[in-house]
Amino acid sequence: MELGFSAEDEAFRGEVREFVRARLPLALRNKVVAGEPLAKAEYLAWHRILFERGWIAPNWPTAFGGCEWSAVRQHIFDEECALAGAPGILPFGIRMVAPVLMKFGNAAQQQRFLPRILSGEDWWCQGYSEPGAGSDLASLKMRAERRGGHYIVNGQKTWTTLAQYADWIFCLVRTSNEGRQQEGISFLLVDMRTRGISVRPIIMLDGGHEINEVWFEDVEVPADNLVGEENKGWTYAKYLLGHERTGNAGVGYCRRWLTELKALAQRERGNDGRALAQDPRFRDRMARLEIDLMALEVMNVRVLMLEQQRHAPGPEASMLKIMGSELQQALTEETMRAAGHGAMRYPQAGTGHYFNFRKASIYAGSNEIQRNIIARHILGF
Amino acid sequence: MITLTDEQQQFRDSLQRLLRTDYSFERRRGIAASASGWSEATWGALAELGVLALPLPEAHGGFGGGAMDVLVVMEECGRALLLEPYLATVVMGAGLIARTGTEAQRAALLPAVAAGERRLALAHYEPGGRYALDALATEARLAGEGWVISGEKAHVLHGATADQLIVSARTPRGVSLFLVERGAPGLEVHDHPQYDAQRAVTIRLADVRVGAGALLGEEGTATAAIEYTIDAAIAAVCAEAVGAMSALLEATGQYLKTRKQFGVPIGSFQVLQHRMADMLLETEKARSMALLAASRLADATRDERRRIVSAAKVKVSEAARFVGQQAVQLHGGIGVTDEFAVGHYFKRLTMIELAFGDVDYHLGEVGKRLFGGTSTR
Repeated sequence: MELGFSAEDEAFRGEVREFVRARLPLALRNKVVAGEPLAKAEYLAWHRILFERGWIAPNWPTAFGGCEWSAVRQHIFDEECALAGAPGILPFGIRMVAPVLMKFGNAAQQQRFLPRILSGEDWWCQGYSEPGAGSDLASLKMRAERRGGHYIVNGQKTWTTLAQYADWIFCLVRTSNEGRQQEGISFLLVDMRTRGISVRPIIMLDGGHEINEVWFEDVEVPADNLVGEENKGWTYAKYLLGHERTGNAGVGYCRRWLTELKALAQRERGNDGRALAQDPRFRDRMARLEIDLMALEVMNVRVLMLEQQRHAPGPEASMLKIMGSELQQALTEETMRAAGHGAMRYPQAGTGHYFNFRKASIYAGSNEIQRNIIARHILGF
Repeated sequence: MITLTDEQQQFRDSLQRLLRTDYSFERRRGIAASASGWSEATWGALAELGVLALPLPEAHGGFGGGAMDVLVVMEECGRALLLEPYLATVVMGAGLIARTGTEAQRAALLPAVAAGERRLALAHYEPGGRYALDALATEARLAGEGWVISGEKAHVLHGATADQLIVSARTPRGVSLFLVERGAPGLEVHDHPQYDAQRAVTIRLADVRVGAGALLGEEGTATAAIEYTIDAAIAAVCAEAVGAMSALLEATGQYLKTRKQFGVPIGSFQVLQHRMADMLLETEKARSMALLAASRLADATRDERRRIVSAAKVKVSEAARFVGQQAVQLHGGIGVTDEFAVGHYFKRLTMIELAFGDVDYHLGEVGKRLFGGTSTR
């Protein structure tokens, strides 16, 4: 909201704001604002509301049923939804596997999967990381052996977000041990109801169940579920990661959290007896957060515009990922600190959030990996 | 918006070409050592290219450009470490006249600035006033048809080369601005270099007499224009800093790829690659803020503008310090010598950090507007 957008774009903002105000169920909004975990049905309820309005896929081409909005409108839409306390649209289908299917999938796969991603009928999760393959993703070991019309999949994926709700998982699997390790990876779509798949919860620092291990034991996957060519999966995997990074700047969330933190600071007593909002040390830190948010917003629009020009995310997405995750972490940290002793009592949304968001600098390629990408692909080292 | 038009990009390319051929590091060294500290020839070339006319009103010999055009120019000034008084004359001096001058004053001064024939400087800050814009002790009192001005001024950028100084003073009706000719009786000007080789002056005005026509615009109404001009100057130096940081990133990247130790280019070490990645991140945050400040300068309300400009100055200053210090560090020994450009960029960036309010000052300005009073959305 710092940038001066055109009157048409501001009118669009008004339209989005009014729609969200009218259609977002209050109970759902309250749960989101309180930072409580959402049930599958709650995520899907909002998904369907947007789907029915035709707004579920801001970045998709209209040919596939998306909005094909300009960078500025995508930014405005995300910001308004987050500000209003709408649940996030989970990225795994809309933002991650769908662009891969559009670019590398065959027509049958596009027709089979994309409409169900739009409607929310299929919930997707991401099978990338393995216990031995985190930052060094290309060293992944989960095997997929071709036998007739099927692949037989054996191995384990981990950190799988909301796999407990998922209908489908897109997996990076090893189909060859020849050549460089990047050259033996394939991109496979697996129905979560297939025999041999088991999901085990991993509990995080805030006590929540958000991530899982997913085990595969002689899982039979039809060969039709291979995306693109066998052993070319690394290319598709990187394309997907670029989309993942652009998606998690979280400008709107940061703005809502900052607004909530300001309100908290006016209620809480500061160390000198006046409201915390009057404490000069606290104010300086708040001013820095506000400035970082301004920079993040402009950066987000700049990167979205570049992405649109090139029809693909570039290495700038790594800068955005670092900036967004660092600000999210700083905001959750200040929100916890603002509550003083009150922050110690379990359960507590602010403190839980702080512990939970240590993930942000680790997931989607750790911030150290992002710096490697910047060094190699922007700075040319 | 924050995107440059095709015209602006073409303009940037021509200015870049001019400065690349005309303003080498060695040539700049010579200019810095000259008596005036800037080059008439370069000033003439800038006038010819239309750089001076760019942000001036079309009615008075200008092209009617705005802060985004100034951003384009200042970024190149930063890249080339330009010493010429563009900020003082065009952005601040002419900007102030365009904003507050009478029709006659604008017609008399602006075309001459556009043509490169006239230089200006704003004399506002005072000794002991630090960064406060309202720390104003200089007074002007009515005397017959004209005014008599007394006081002291500090940090007057390029004051020695200015044909006219624009002096702020308290008058019976508030704060006013006066045009004071170079060499006016009672005007003492002390020229001094800064660490970045740019020039500035301190000024003493001992009962300096000026005519009624020297009053810029209306009496007692200058405060808002002074604030706007300082904000425009801050937006401009933010863009200049981004240009200087970009040049430092390029130079440091090149150095890390060629300098060998332990038998390999030092750029192969991850610790240095990540340092460079952080320098790029800081530069891009600064660029985002410079774009924001320039794009909102003219259309934002006063409070909103001050908040955005202060926010930009904080982010750019901190980026400038980090990138400047690290560029020196990564160059090792040659980074701390006068012989290599890197140190000169570092010095200019440091002066930008100190000018028009430091980080603490502007953090306070943003902090003041965090709760109530000014809405942030």
